[in-house]
Amino acid sequence: MASVETAATLAATKPQWHDFRGTKWKTEVNVKNFVKHNYKPFDGDKSFLEDSTANTDDLWGALQKLQKEERAKGGVLDMDTDVVSSLTSHGAGYIDEALKDKEVIVGLQTDKPLKRAFMPYGGIKMAEESCEMYGYKPNPEFHKIFTEYHKTHNQAVFDAYTPEMRIARRNKIMTGLPDTYGRGRIVGDYRRVALYGIDFLIEEKEKDFARCGNGTMTEEVVRTRLEVREQINALKGMKEMAKIYGYDISRPAETAQEAVQWLYFGYLAAIKTQNGAAMSVGRVSTFLDIYFERDMKAGKLTEKEAQEIIDHFCMKLRMVKFARIQSYNELFTGDPVWATLEVGGLGNDGRHMVTKNDYRFLHTLETMGPAPEPNLTVLYSKRLPKAFRDYAAEISIKTSSIQYENDDVMRPVWGDDYSICCCVSATETGKEMQFFGARANLAKCLLYAINGGVDVKSGDQVGPKYQRITSEYLDYDEVMEKYDKMMDWLAELYVNTLNLIHIMHDKYYYEAAEMALIDTDVRRTFATGIAGFSHVVDSLSAIKYAKVKTVRDPETNLVVEYETEGDFPKYGNDDDRADDIAVWLLKTFMNKLKQYPTYRDSEPTTSILTITSNVVYGKATTATPDGRKAGAPFAPGANPSYGAEQNGLLASLNSVAKLPYDYALDGISNTQTINPSALGNNETDRVNNLVNAMDGYFNQGAHHLNVNVFGIEKLKDAMEHPEKEEYANFTIRVSGYAVKFIDLTHEQQLDVISRTCHGQM
Amino acid sequence: MKGYIHSTESFGSADGPGVRFIIFVNGCNLRCQFCHNPDTWKSNVGDEIEAADLLKKALRYRPYWGDEGGITVSGGEPLLQPEFLLDLFTLAKKEGVNTCIDTAGNPYLNSLTEDMVEQLAKVTDLVMLDIKHADEDGHKKLTGATGKNIKAFAHKLSDLGVPMWIRHVLVPGINDDEESLKKLRSFIDELQTVKRVEVLPYHTMGKYKWEDLGIEYPLKDVEPPTEESIKKAKEILGAK
Repeated sequence: MASVETAATLAATKPQWHDFRGTKWKTEVNVKNFVKHNYKPFDGDKSFLEDSTANTDDLWGALQKLQKEERAKGGVLDMDTDVVSSLTSHGAGYIDEALKDKEVIVGLQTDKPLKRAFMPYGGIKMAEESCEMYGYKPNPEFHKIFTEYHKTHNQAVFDAYTPEMRIARRNKIMTGLPDTYGRGRIVGDYRRVALYGIDFLIEEKEKDFARCGNGTMTEEVVRTRLEVREQINALKGMKEMAKIYGYDISRPAETAQEAVQWLYFGYLAAIKTQNGAAMSVGRVSTFLDIYFERDMKAGKLTEKEAQEIIDHFCMKLRMVKFARIQSYNELFTGDPVWATLEVGGLGNDGRHMVTKNDYRFLHTLETMGPAPEPNLTVLYSKRLPKAFRDYAAEISIKTSSIQYENDDVMRPVWGDDYSICCCVSATETGKEMQFFGARANLAKCLLYAINGGVDVKSGDQVGPKYQRITSEYLDYDEVMEKYDKMMDWLAELYVNTLNLIHIMHDKYYYEAAEMALIDTDVRRTFATGIAGFSHVVDSLSAIKYAKVKTVRDPETNLVVEYETEGDFPKYGNDDDRADDIAVWLLKTFMNKLKQYPTYRDSEPTTSILTITSNVVYGKATTATPDGRKAGAPFAPGANPSYGAEQNGLLASLNSVAKLPYDYALDGISNTQTINPSALGNNETDRVNNLVNAMDGYFNQGAHHLNVNVFGIEKLKDAMEHPEKEEYANFTIRVSGYAVKFIDLTHEQQLDVISRTCHGQM
Repeated sequence: MKGYIHSTESFGSADGPGVRFIIFVNGCNLRCQFCHNPDTWKSNVGDEIEAADLLKKALRYRPYWGDEGGITVSGGEPLLQPEFLLDLFTLAKKEGVNTCIDTAGNPYLNSLTEDMVEQLAKVTDLVMLDIKHADEDGHKKLTGATGKNIKAFAHKLSDLGVPMWIRHVLVPGINDDEESLKKLRSFIDELQTVKRVEVLPYHTMGKYKWEDLGIEYPLKDVEPPTEESIKKAKEILGAK
């Protein structure tokens, strides 16, 4: 057996793999195995880092100029109206023709920088609307082609929706559904392009194609054959795409620069063909470091050059753009693409996975200043080297641009080679895909329970016509009984709706380029979500511990408002009375979702994260018993409600940390803003205290933390004076991503300002 | 033993080493013109809470304390409730919790006996002592009380070997002149256990509290110190 393997390995070995250790990864697609055998944990500190090169400064300067023009033009610099985007639809594009020789990493979505591609497969209506919004007129031929000759995802979903789904959707009890935009959240293992080259990947996919099923053509087998064929075509397309830039990626990458370039071409293929809400890059840092170390050892690469490669790669990730429609922008403001990229983390063998490259990626926020993309994520553990935790905290304090996720809770579930596929959700790299499912509005569901399924805002009978609550004061047991039933209805409808959406997405907007870089035998998760979380918890607590009086509309007799008498415990104060309700709510809804069959046997998960959509979700929801006024924003993600946190940051963190990650495997997002003075009196103290706070939070099993370090005064000034130079790249973390503050709508800016800023008197 | 408690803060990061649980007590006999907690001046008011219950609450935050953090009692003036403090810190030390007092030292030799200080010293890991003004006249003017007993308190702590941080709120035009600062430094040099000197730039964030309480704010026209004068003060005092 051993000799067979040796012979196979020898036959498979490629010249570009010199000095790489291990054998298993040479005979099968197995990047994780390659990384294990070849990476070297780095235990030093930040002192090795170098500043940006002159080339980087020139290119970044040119790009900033373009970004400024883009803002001046209302948010869009240029749009394609005559070309449908594909892998090979455009010629080569550069940040600046005159500077193109300075670009170490090349490749744009279209032929010009920041020019948005025309992507109609998700829905021709949206593609057209996004153009028209900015004064562009797409070629009318496209309208004919994509309505008469070719169905789009969006059209297919609406063709099949039931009346119940439509009315629930219209009333926003299910909200943000990926039926008008690409579902995203599929992370191709872009490392494979660098390690193996495209030809090897095609060979492996051809083998999968040949051995698909046992000869019986079931629907699943036929579909898989079709999908693998599309994947192979996409791989061939990637080679052509790279050729346009003068690269031959049929073979493995040879150098550090090539490894990054090859990997980026894989990612570029994804963003040329899909406009998903989240287009993550994945866990690439440690992998790439192996190439950097090899080149440095051979004297072929200096630190300055290494940083330049990473800077140029990140610059490309800062340029990813999609054409979006108004309603999308309201949900996900500030042009996010979730080019999420991870650093840090631990291996199952006990070694940490921090390399110099993990420092270099964080350092891009210094060499080129703060930026929302790539969505840099530290896979955190107290067992990461202190020097690295310190550096990450230092970058957070300086830039408010990075987020933290608990590697110690994710690793046991997803293994030690997972990526973050959107804002905070984990997925095993190259082994899994996700059916993204947006959110169910559980606050609205509570109101439906009280009003017998009628939506007070529209007057529609949306939910089942159960008996309404008629008493003047709400009775906890009665509310709970009715809420339980209403959640049953919602869970079933929600799962059914998502099943329908994802069948159509697979059929009409299949992610061939990303799936080509994922195992054919793929595992799928079914990612639902919860909106209005803290408001349900506090409402139920108010009903239980205080007296909640109903205020009815005299005509309809529906409850439109609530008057609360007396005090009640609120989520966010480390008070078990409220926090137990929070845990109950999460577990209950998750258990209900699990009861229903999901498309392609996917594994149901849920999340408590809302992105910036907490504002529109709140707008669509009338007053709630916790005292939240009609139309007022929800708290974002799993955050406690506005003004509810009365015992400081750590009490709030303790409450959120109680939510069991096992029941919310899609993520529990928490965003906190801390005044710099509240972190300590000098820089060393501030870094140490932030590290202490994160150690304490994550050691209790919490999942995620967005860290903002600034005072409210700065936000107010930025809102009033967006034209000031210092605010051009002023980045803040919102629920699940980072955004330039001045790109938020006025409403969202006010929302961010009104949230608790943990300061100290 | 119960204490009169004004409030607590779970994430104290500027009142002692590391991340700390801060207990603000009620009651203070000084009337510092720059006080940012005038709402804690009154004695024998607020929530009466058992030391054991407070400690229990504090321990919820232990995961955040790391190797350095712990609890700090601030105020108000903690040393006006020495029995409570002794009870709390004795319990805390049984749990291995780092203890710290943030004080202006004024009760010493008024209500606080030498014997009590000796007992407290055994369960206190750090005293952060605010010295408002090194000059006796200046001290009286700024705080309404003598500073002599405060200096005696510092010497006592030094003799007992209790580690100290000396803190100095820098108020422009009142205690930021070179002479006062040098005087303060030479006083600090008399002490053996000072681990750190901190300059706290005067800020106006407590001003609204004076207004809420209907007391006229005496430093209405005083602006926070400039970066330059903070730097100079730090140099003279050898502050971090």
